[in-house]
Amino acid sequence: MTTGVPVMAPSSASALLASSAADRRRGIVNGLFLAVSFVAAVACVVPLAAIVAYVVIKGAAALNLSLLTQETRALGLGGGAAAAILGSLQMVFLAAVIATPIGILAAIYAVEFSERRVAGAIRFAADVMVGVPSILIGIFAFTLFVLPFHQFNAVAGSLALAIIMVPVVMRTTEESLRLVPGDLREASLALGAPVWRTALSVVLRTGLSGVLGGVMLAVARAAGETAPLIFTALGNQHVNVGNLGKPMDALPLFVFVNARQPYPVQNAQAWGAAFLLLLFVFVVNVIVRGRSLRSRAR
Amino acid sequence: MAVDTAPTEPAPTPTPAPDVRPAVTVGRVATRTDRPMPDAAASGRLEVGALSAYYGTFRAIREVSLDIPPHAVTAIIGPSGCGKSTFLRTLNRMHELVPGARVEGKIRLDEVDIYDAAIDPVRLRRVVGMVFQRANPFPTMSIYDNVVAGLRLTGRHPRAELDGVVERSLQRAALWNEVKDKLQDSGVSLSGGQQQRLCIARALAVGPEVLLMDEPASALDPIATLRIEELIAELKASYTIVIVTHNMQQAARVSDQTAFFTMGDDRAGYLVEFGDTPRIFTNPRERLTEDYVSGRFG
Repeated sequence: MTTGVPVMAPSSASALLASSAADRRRGIVNGLFLAVSFVAAVACVVPLAAIVAYVVIKGAAALNLSLLTQETRALGLGGGAAAAILGSLQMVFLAAVIATPIGILAAIYAVEFSERRVAGAIRFAADVMVGVPSILIGIFAFTLFVLPFHQFNAVAGSLALAIIMVPVVMRTTEESLRLVPGDLREASLALGAPVWRTALSVVLRTGLSGVLGGVMLAVARAAGETAPLIFTALGNQHVNVGNLGKPMDALPLFVFVNARQPYPVQNAQAWGAAFLLLLFVFVVNVIVRGRSLRSRAR
Repeated sequence: MAVDTAPTEPAPTPTPAPDVRPAVTVGRVATRTDRPMPDAAASGRLEVGALSAYYGTFRAIREVSLDIPPHAVTAIIGPSGCGKSTFLRTLNRMHELVPGARVEGKIRLDEVDIYDAAIDPVRLRRVVGMVFQRANPFPTMSIYDNVVAGLRLTGRHPRAELDGVVERSLQRAALWNEVKDKLQDSGVSLSGGQQQRLCIARALAVGPEVLLMDEPASALDPIATLRIEELIAELKASYTIVIVTHNMQQAARVSDQTAFFTMGDDRAGYLVEFGDTPRIFTNPRERLTEDYVSGRFG
């Protein structure tokens, strides 16, 4: 309808000044909608803020040197989370060592070597894995790595955490490899570089900062997992360094156990450990987001 | 279409160093059976016979036959979609990297059939280098590392050898004086024209005999374009150069031979006419060529 003839007769300028009932109604509906969506936005942020505030208040008060350096003592005699801190470090480290190469290589296969349909199937499997309840991964690891040995052990815990990390690493790596421009691959191949060297030294190297971010996020995710550790690593009141065939403690397990104790001292320690976990996850996220913001600005 | 035998020896270059070419030996497209190579004869002659290139079932170029003489510049001109770039990419077997892409016909480089089953395309691409339309230095690498990327991606080389290759390659690419004091700066910190010369240096560092250029100056301003054209004129003493260009003035300025392609009714590109550049532009035999070079054809 571009005939040039206006569909409606133009209203005179004076009509703009007079507000009708319809105008007022529209203003009210608009205001209501704004208010409701604002409340929803607040409801979205409040739980996070409340959790952070609660953990910081309760946890910071429980933070002291003995929490970091001592073993748990029985029957409400206090002590600390040293066994849990050292256990988390070892198990998460081992899980990262297992999961990082698998996740990165799987992503390289999906992006560089496979057909689109196969890549889609791999991506779908990884997405499903990310959504699998972690208790299922725990019972799987329990059946495979604990039952045959009649022994709760740290390796089973690490393997369970690695299963959780692999799809996270794979998906973030895949995303960052897909962002690497095709000309760089062509440039490398045209120089007579084999495909595998191109994948490693050009594509992976160019996308490396995104890949590292993904690994760190996966580490943060694994550090906070409780369910897969309950019946694999089990937990341990005593420091276990290096004896991976035996039960080992971890920060989430420590929180789980001590929060249920009838002794206020130990409840406070659970808050302290929760604070340490939160701090770790927060720091990792700030580093990763900060890096990706900076690289986008570049 | 017969072409005289070309000068047997590459003209001496200003650099005293005998060659940028390291490591790799003379019969460099040698097949695995080590067929003796006529390396004393002019090297870098490409003979294309009845070449058709396909993407899946779509034929992109149809039965192209031409002889590309060594140590000269051959320009490929023609309207968009006529298969110029596809043709160029069949010459170093980059074409087949597209899933479903294949060729029929023959291409012989110095008497060796480059589509022979015994030819490794990865090794071929070290002999037939390529420069792309958009300068594509590796963004994670310094200027120095960009130049030697081809060598590093294809094997181990002692540092002292690399230093020499960097200087000679950059000098041949007419970039040395501009970057010799900042070899460790990022390759992408250079201007567009400098980046393209860096890519040329990178291609030369591997020691090719043939240099394919796919519209190497189309993304550059006129002054940077002029520098690239001057560089091409210098490089032809040592290399066989095939350049695809949209710019007919450029083809007329830099090339010794010109091949005019156009698109047939079946949408396949084909060779209309091939000959010495002055003749193609002043006295073409084909009506289609005349229409195109005189600008009557879109």
